[in-house]
Amino acid sequence: MTSEVEKVDGGRRHFLLVATAVTGIAGAAMTAVPFLASWKPSARAQALGAPVEQDISKLEPGAVVKVNWRGQAIFIVRRSPEMMKQLEDPALADKLRDPKSEQSEQPEYAKNDARSLKPEYLVLVGVCTHLGCAPLSRFQPADAELGADWPGGFYCPCHGSKFDLAGRVFKDVPAPTNLKVPPYRFVTDGVVQIGVDAEVA
Amino acid sequence: MSATMQQKGRMAQLVDWIDARFPMTRFMKEHASEYYAPKNFNFWYYFGSLALVVLVLQIVTGIFLTMNYKPSAADAFASVEYIMRDVEWGWLIRYMHSTGASAFFIVVYLHMFRGLMYGSYKNPRELVWIFGMLIYLCLMAEAFFGYLLPWGNMSYWGAQVIVSLFGAIPGIGEGLVEWIRGDYYISDITLNRFFALHVIALPLALVFLVIAHIFALHEVGSNNPDGIEIKKLKGPDGHPVDGIPFHPYYTVKDLVGFIVFAMLFSLVLFFAPEMGGYFLEHANFDPANPLQTPEHIAPVWYFTPFYAILRAVPNKLLGVVLMGIAVLAFVFLPWLDRSKVKSIRYRGWLFRGFLGAFAVSFIALGYLGLQPATPGYTLAARVFAVIYFAFFLLMPWYTRIDQTKPVPERVTFHTH
Repeated sequence: MTSEVEKVDGGRRHFLLVATAVTGIAGAAMTAVPFLASWKPSARAQALGAPVEQDISKLEPGAVVKVNWRGQAIFIVRRSPEMMKQLEDPALADKLRDPKSEQSEQPEYAKNDARSLKPEYLVLVGVCTHLGCAPLSRFQPADAELGADWPGGFYCPCHGSKFDLAGRVFKDVPAPTNLKVPPYRFVTDGVVQIGVDAEVA
Repeated sequence: MSATMQQKGRMAQLVDWIDARFPMTRFMKEHASEYYAPKNFNFWYYFGSLALVVLVLQIVTGIFLTMNYKPSAADAFASVEYIMRDVEWGWLIRYMHSTGASAFFIVVYLHMFRGLMYGSYKNPRELVWIFGMLIYLCLMAEAFFGYLLPWGNMSYWGAQVIVSLFGAIPGIGEGLVEWIRGDYYISDITLNRFFALHVIALPLALVFLVIAHIFALHEVGSNNPDGIEIKKLKGPDGHPVDGIPFHPYYTVKDLVGFIVFAMLFSLVLFFAPEMGGYFLEHANFDPANPLQTPEHIAPVWYFTPFYAILRAVPNKLLGVVLMGIAVLAFVFLPWLDRSKVKSIRYRGWLFRGFLGAFAVSFIALGYLGLQPATPGYTLAARVFAVIYFAFFLLMPWYTRIDQTKPVPERVTFHTH
């Protein structure tokens, strides 16, 4: 029998240690994927988030109808001629943070002063871009609570954010951007569908 | 001879049998009967043990609530009303749990303020402090998840506001929010997962962290109102001369504290469980309605100091970041404080002034967070937020130049 000198191969031991640890960590990371992915909206949640339609043929000028799409209130406002005229006031644009909607989220066809496909109809996600509260409709100018220079628009009661009649945010309020415009299209003149983009010619 | 063996009673023999297999006696000695705590503990030292009492209360009442609560959007609100009206003593168990939540924050805030006054976060207790802060973070998450479960309208909109805070993170924000909710809005799916986090994940983490907090404390020993390390001066028996065994001395003292606490707790529990809308908000007696925000959204009182800071900042991302810093700043106290002394008793007026201003601004922000965001209140919140942050940011400066008094060898102690 030959007696071998017991010698620890430090380099080999270190390599095996690191290789085992790295393999183990990679395995743990891959195992984590199904658990983390299980938190994403499920197939049922996605199906329930399908587009919704709303009849707007009986909506009066100056009135608002609220539709539930994906649990969010969608505001559909039929603007009166005075309301539409007011949006073009250059003095108003000076008070807005993002009058041209450059920082805000909306489909390409709603990136205009009226923020809409047809100037008469405003379609907005009724969720404040600050922290997700529901803004209130305060369409009358010079509102008692909001002051004499209030031009009419939306007011968020949670943290005092203010938006104009196109959902554009005023300066010096907590909300960073204009109210979002959802994807929508007119199925017919009197029916709006929320959740599907209009095909712009 | 086995004479001594025979003299031992049955009970002692059983203890010997266990100790040979499990360190029961050793554990009791290390953490109770031979854990030497400073003999000069005062009123402020009740709140640690009270926090432990409330934790047990919340776990026990929580377990019994899950036996009748249904974590689904369709049933949740009605199942809480069912507990309140139809389950025998259900109202008591539910009110104990909801009052316990506020009581938890009251004792934890007082416990933390004790740490600030007596420098309990300083070397060598940094890890005690950090474990404590992790407990506080877990507690906030636990309270937040729990608040959604009754599925009242304030539950709903409170969750909506807090979850959307994550939307402020550039790039990944929107996706992250959707991932947390598991839906395009706060829905049944969100409620179900918050329930899982509230009843399993976070309580487990809390219990683990509390054990770590106490182990770390017992490793270094307790601080005291004089901020003196009692381990430096040991008697011939090897125990600190200014220390007394935790059991029976402090177990008995804490028992008195517990009785007084139980009296105050019962007063709220039986006579004002809603505490005028501060412990249970009025809007939460309406079921959750995704299309209707309550007139005035405010979180429960224990979150309002941070909420006031969030609202005071006109920029969303910056507001969220500052609110996060306001919570996390405490973690860094052991390294921000450059003073040679621990206790407020031997610090100068500079530290006392800053600590007092901090306490006032914390309470003021808490009040402002409950009020509507009028321009006047917003301005006040900005002022107090600046004071709040100044306490932390300027600490390396004012603790270094502050005129401290010499710390005595022995703790201040008067026999009664």
